[in-house]
Amino acid sequence: MGEEVVVFDVWVNPYSRRVETAMRLKGVPYRYIEEDLGNKSPLLLKYNPIHEKVPVLVHNGNPIAESLVILEYIDETRPQGFPILPRDPYERATARFWSKFIDDKCMPAITQACWDEGEASDKAVEEATELLMFLENELKEKRFFGGERIGMVDIAANIVGFWLGTIEEVTGVELMTRDKFPKLSNWSIEFVRSNVIKENLPPREGVISYLRKKRLTR
Amino acid sequence: MAEEVVLLDFWVSMFGMRVRVALAEKGIKYEYREEDLRNKSDLLLQMNPVHKKIPVLIHNGKPICESLIIVQYIDEVWNDKSPLLPSDPYKRAQARFWADFVDKKVYESGRKLWTTKGEEHGAAKKEFLEILKTLEEELGEKPYFGGETFGFVDVAFVTFYSWFNAFETFGEFSMEAEHPKIIAWAKRCMQKESVAKTLPDQQKVYEFVLGMRKRFLGE
Repeated sequence: MGEEVVVFDVWVNPYSRRVETAMRLKGVPYRYIEEDLGNKSPLLLKYNPIHEKVPVLVHNGNPIAESLVILEYIDETRPQGFPILPRDPYERATARFWSKFIDDKCMPAITQACWDEGEASDKAVEEATELLMFLENELKEKRFFGGERIGMVDIAANIVGFWLGTIEEVTGVELMTRDKFPKLSNWSIEFVRSNVIKENLPPREGVISYLRKKRLTR
Repeated sequence: MAEEVVLLDFWVSMFGMRVRVALAEKGIKYEYREEDLRNKSDLLLQMNPVHKKIPVLIHNGKPICESLIIVQYIDEVWNDKSPLLPSDPYKRAQARFWADFVDKKVYESGRKLWTTKGEEHGAAKKEFLEILKTLEEELGEKPYFGGETFGFVDVAFVTFYSWFNAFETFGEFSMEAEHPKIIAWAKRCMQKESVAKTLPDQQKVYEFVLGMRKRFLGE
């Protein structure tokens, strides 16, 4: 990779941050374009006509959408840099499995558990807790999901590592408590402290203030 | 080292079929085990504790779950023949994007065709046909989604062909009339032994879906 790389992004969006994290891990320079999701740019709509979402990576004019697809693309086009996916096929399949699990299952459950109210929320909290427990158990004695260093699953779990804490603070819902999730709690501390991640997180107070505003309009 | 490959599956699952097509494309010998989804085996629950779903591929005792992840695994391990993903990274990304699109859209939308009635059903039919239109546009004039050769997106979508009769009947439309290019593409894929030998007869699938619909709608 080299040449021209543009990332269409939204500062507060965890999916967008995944892409930026991967770019920084690989040391690839890129141009950042902030999108206003209430008023999407013609370029974004041109580059992602199917889903009309961020993030979108545009490499020499060629767009790629869907954050996990973009992560794999970044990894494959810069194989000599920091490895995002493992090299072994079985470990790659495992990394893909947990990343998909986070997106397909954890995210919707966390959203429902934290933002819904009443009975629906209680059930959702139960479900989200069960799902997070799978991640807790998957960590085992590892420092990161990727082992000694962060990998694709850690990047995908940025929602759990950083954003979940802000959502919990704003909504008052407690999901990832230390007594229930000691490993995940430790992991999230390691995660936000690790070099490239900490440089690339949005300001916590900024996210909290954004979410508080969002909560009022729900 | 002797390879031991086991597939936990259910005959009518279009997701399981993807794995069977990939295994056939690569000429891999494996043991097929049919699961009763109303009485899941201990092995399935042990091998896929997170989702408790088929398909699960067990390679030398180690499980791999989620059909598209399994297909990529098969492509990476048995990389000596019939590549399913392209070698160019940009084309690979496009293949992953479109396979993900099929995953996110076709099943759920198709399911609504036989689980809904009235206004909801009308909306479901419109949505399903829109999705097929998008896929037809992506296919364009290419013989396969993969271009000149059968590939990852073809594997991801062609297994739904066995469900077309069911979709058409419950959706009240003709696939041939609405999306002739999709039918032409599917028939082209069916010329491949791996696809023809894997996909069950559409009539059998229709009867299965009819049974499910009766139970679902309480008829």
